Amino acid sequence: MATSIVVENATKLFTLRYHRTFKEVTVAKAKGRATGHTFKAVDDVSFTVEQGESIGIMGLNGSGKSTLLKMINGVMRPDEGQILTRGRIAGLIATGAGFHNQLSGRENLYLNAAILGMSEAEVRRKFDSIVDFAELGPTLDGPVGHYSSGQKARLGFAIAIHVDSDIFLADEVLAVGDKPFRSKCMKRMKEVRNSGRTLFYVSHAAASVQKMCDRVIVLEKGRLAYDGDPEGGIKYLHYDEPDDQDELGDDEIGNDI
Amino acid sequence: MTEAAEKVPADEAELPPLRPPSADNGLFAVFHRRYLLKLLVQREISARYQGSFLGLLWSYINPLSQFFIYWFVIGVILGQHRGVPNFPIHLFAALIIVHFFNETFGAGTRSIVRNRALVVKMAMPREMFPVATMLVSLYHVVPQIVILGIAAALSGWTPDAEGLAALVLALAIIGTLGIAGALMFSAANVFFSDFGNAVSIFNNFVRFGVTMMYPYSMVHEKFGSGAQYFLLNPIADAVLLFQRAFWTGTLTPQQQAKDGLMPDNLMLVGVLALLASLVLLAIAQLVFSRLENKIPERL
Repeated sequence: MATSIVVENATKLFTLRYHRTFKEVTVAKAKGRATGHTFKAVDDVSFTVEQGESIGIMGLNGSGKSTLLKMINGVMRPDEGQILTRGRIAGLIATGAGFHNQLSGRENLYLNAAILGMSEAEVRRKFDSIVDFAELGPTLDGPVGHYSSGQKARLGFAIAIHVDSDIFLADEVLAVGDKPFRSKCMKRMKEVRNSGRTLFYVSHAAASVQKMCDRVIVLEKGRLAYDGDPEGGIKYLHYDEPDDQDELGDDEIGNDI
Repeated sequence: MTEAAEKVPADEAELPPLRPPSADNGLFAVFHRRYLLKLLVQREISARYQGSFLGLLWSYINPLSQFFIYWFVIGVILGQHRGVPNFPIHLFAALIIVHFFNETFGAGTRSIVRNRALVVKMAMPREMFPVATMLVSLYHVVPQIVILGIAAALSGWTPDAEGLAALVLALAIIGTLGIAGALMFSAANVFFSDFGNAVSIFNNFVRFGVTMMYPYSMVHEKFGSGAQYFLLNPIADAVLLFQRAFWTGTLTPQQQAKDGLMPDNLMLVGVLALLASLVLLAIAQLVFSRLENKIPERL
């Protein structure tokens, strides 16, 4: 089996600036206060993924999951270390992947498909299938700005899933979808997994991660905290412990599959 | 882009190579993805005057209103109609070039920030946006050239091969220079919007630094051999080339014979200006690549 993704000591630094104007910076400097600080959103993370593996990325909010995904997707470059991928990448970075709010759903569909690397002929061939999957009906010709977050996610997912990619990234896509759409997505993601493509799935839903993935990576404050089988990862995060409200949400998503 | 693997090939050699996912960036990648570029240009054309009633007409109203202001103030009040033969053609030719540059530079500088929704989430060569802006401006230039051509023809102009070469050269210089400026400033604008404001100051310099309100012969009279330094400005060269294409042909032979009407070896100067613009573009690409890494987090 070939290697699909190599992450080697990847580190991403974010600089947080407290001031944006010349005056504020000057005042802060004069008073000897710090004008900003740098922190590591992703800190020295290394792992390799074989082709066809499905990886669940878990971690609390702010642990660097999305940043890691952005680096694998190529939106960001690591400041230190390196990331290598093989083949075409498609997927969603957070819900409603880069849409222009003023443009209609149809225009955004064409634009997004082209960005993901589809050719004109490819888009034309798959257009109906994408529209069917998104189930937007007449809203397709309305501006995306008027869509609900669920509708945006639908369109984004429908486009991304139709790209012939070698690596599929999904970042909490299912968080905003309704129940029928969620189960449809899970079905398609299983198809992606079974077709031998590499799947990267970011989620807080322990049950769906357990069903979808054969390996879990847990990030904690940007560092790799756990890398192994899903049960262990979920235990590591204590997501398996009953907690009235959490339990309910988790089961919900689990039932869909 | 690589072919997708529907079935898993058994042999690693058949697979596309491992490489950084952000490797495909830069200006060359922009021209590999022409379909995406086409979509962005179409989008930009429809979005530039979005929500305005007159829409695309603004692309003509803006330069035309400027034309009449200059025509009246410089031509009538300051008397250039007497000083420069066929002054309106001289003026309009320059205005098209100045407007092309200012539009590319101004809209290009704002392009990254304006497309932040895509920039933050989608992996694509971000040079796409400034390049698309330049192409949109170029698209608007075409009808202006047609108007200028008609006006020049009515004033006795007949097209010639050298003039046509001068026209192409002028547009190439401005297109290259416009992308270079837009690349550098669009990235910088993400960090400090001051750069967006600085553009308007720069645009003012452009207006006065070219032979629009005054003819080259005036520069030649005032500075003599020092006039060669005037030609170090590639935008001024492009304007002169454009005037060579449309304006000089409308003059009588005696007027054309006037000393210092156009600089010597104008075509050579133009080619050098294009080369200089290309060097600037290469530098702009380097700066852009440096800054690009920090763009998504700062938007």
